Amino acid sequence: MTDPLTPVLTANWGDEQAWKLASYERRGGYQGMRAALRMTPPEVISLVKDSGLRGRGGAGFPTGMKWSFVPQDNPNPKYLVVNSDESEPGTCKDMPLLLASPHTLVEGIVIASYAIGVSHAFIYCRGEVLHVIRRLQQAVREAYAAGYAGSNILGSGFDLEITVHAGAGAYICGEETALLDSLEGRRGQPRLRPPFPAVAGLYACPTVINNVESIASVPAIVKNGSEWFKQMGTEKSNGMTIYSLSGHVARPGQFEAPLGVTLRTLLELSGGIRAGHQLKFWTPGGSSTPILTDEHLDLSLDYEGMAGAGTMLGTKALQIFDETTSVVRTTLRWVEFYKHESCGKCTPCREGTWWLVQLLHRFEAGTAVDGDVDKLLDVCDNIGGKSFCALADGAVACVTSAVRHFRTEFEAGYSTPAWELFPYRESALFEVREREGAGV
Amino acid sequence: MSDLSNTGVGGTESAHAGEQGHGFESFFPDSGGVDQSDASTNIDDETIAELRELAGRYPQARSALLPMLHLVQSVDGRISPRGIEVCAEILGITTAQVSGVATFYTMYKRRPAGKHHVGVCTTALCAVMGGDYLLDHVCSKLGIRPDETTPDGTFSLERIECNAACDYAPVMMVNWEFMDNMTPEKADELLDRLAADEPVASSRGATITSWREAERVLAGFPDGRADEGPTAGEASKLGLNIAAEHGWAAPTAEEAK
Repeated sequence: MTDPLTPVLTANWGDEQAWKLASYERRGGYQGMRAALRMTPPEVISLVKDSGLRGRGGAGFPTGMKWSFVPQDNPNPKYLVVNSDESEPGTCKDMPLLLASPHTLVEGIVIASYAIGVSHAFIYCRGEVLHVIRRLQQAVREAYAAGYAGSNILGSGFDLEITVHAGAGAYICGEETALLDSLEGRRGQPRLRPPFPAVAGLYACPTVINNVESIASVPAIVKNGSEWFKQMGTEKSNGMTIYSLSGHVARPGQFEAPLGVTLRTLLELSGGIRAGHQLKFWTPGGSSTPILTDEHLDLSLDYEGMAGAGTMLGTKALQIFDETTSVVRTTLRWVEFYKHESCGKCTPCREGTWWLVQLLHRFEAGTAVDGDVDKLLDVCDNIGGKSFCALADGAVACVTSAVRHFRTEFEAGYSTPAWELFPYRESALFEVREREGAGV
Repeated sequence: MSDLSNTGVGGTESAHAGEQGHGFESFFPDSGGVDQSDASTNIDDETIAELRELAGRYPQARSALLPMLHLVQSVDGRISPRGIEVCAEILGITTAQVSGVATFYTMYKRRPAGKHHVGVCTTALCAVMGGDYLLDHVCSKLGIRPDETTPDGTFSLERIECNAACDYAPVMMVNWEFMDNMTPEKADELLDRLAADEPVASSRGATITSWREAERVLAGFPDGRADEGPTAGEASKLGLNIAAEHGWAAPTAEEAK
């Protein structure tokens, strides 16, 4: 039995200047890369496959299997793109990782690129995080200077270019094919699949796209072995991962634990819900994962446990809301996000999110009319599964799950404004002296 | 480019167009407040050389368009008509293609941004935790609405979407640096200090510079400030510290064998 918390990726976050190469190497950094370069590329892929590492960016696809899909007989260059566009509401794990320890990612990139046969890797980072980008740029420069990137890495004959690329503000670019279009200098809009990126991705060449945390997990796996990784977690969800606790809790923050920990455990460790309040609803992995309630405190926070409860592990972004919170207001604000971020390519998503916002404004203002709950669900039914990418599915998941758990609260919107049922000032973390209102 | 954009949409001109056989009429009374006649630019040969350098960093030059537009903003304080033309010339694409990209991404500003670009997060979690009140407060304090710039050019304001700092809610950003755990009082102090040109440190970043200098870094020209600020904020280290209190750790490689 492993300990309740198992810091690996976060282990050096308390170190002085952990972002510097010297600090990272004092902790054994780049030993995984050295070990990998002594192996053959297929051996590295097998090792990562054996570890059971699954994608940490939301979909949970086995990382090693994704690498093995790249056709090695394709004559075109192969590319690795690290998805560092972290923008899913509630998700806040990759940015602190890159601030504190960008070399963990860079080391993982070298290993993954060697395994797949990649000659150029890109780190596509959302643009709205200046200091994260500064630290990434510096870490990549340090890696080149140390001979861990560039030509003939440590005399292995392996060459790798690494480019840090800043996005420009678009949630949709976290979707892997939209990210590729964006990296090609276009509007970030998803592509129809097939072809899949493993065959025709960046510049129509074989491309692997992995989340930051997935790639950052690789050095420790190579260094310690797949059996080590499998000691943590559950039968089908192996390893440690970062859970992000936010919202109405006594102490929000990042927790690195074996997959399968429960929200109850994380709340007990961190001091629970804020004083004098009770849990009302929460997301397991960002706003695109259907919400859960206080009935789900003991569910295993892993891929299977969340699927079994009709939701998804997603990005493990645990957003906690207490009993002061209007679920109607919160749902509206999530849907406003999706409306704002819809790329406009698919009509059901572009128009549907617009209609959902109109309807939800009526619920919030207490001016919805009898039957509007069913209309809301009907509109959702015309959006979900009817667009190119998962943004549309995420946009309706928060609505349908909120209605499933709190239908009477939506029906109250036929007569009573949400801000009367749930005075908004009581949800705020500071004392509100200003006028009561629904915001700007 | 400028000829096309100055034709104007809506109003009398489109009525003329109708008489000539075009049935289209725009329902947009203006172009989002963009002054299409403002052709001012600071782009010089040095800028063009840097834009070319960016284009050379990628296997295919067009991949540099996003960084190039960040650089245009750092030089011109907005996505200027000249900036669009220069990007199109260097990449061998049309100005319409560049404009199509520039108008897609929210970080690109077609109207001049302020010296300091202030963001208040009002996506669900931050909104509920107080972000709505913060935005109201900042609007009153600065006397502007979101997407506006103060008349003296010191501040522009944006209602931002989730900025990946939810464990520090409610969150504000200044020139895309984190300002964590904000309150109206802290926002007042922050804005007063910025207005007075006093040094302000980001919660988890460097001393605040300016929006334009930030845009230059995002374009791919480092400013040497990576070593400022902490390794991590307190919330980021919470699990790590709790593990240390209990003596908890991941298994060792030896234990696994």
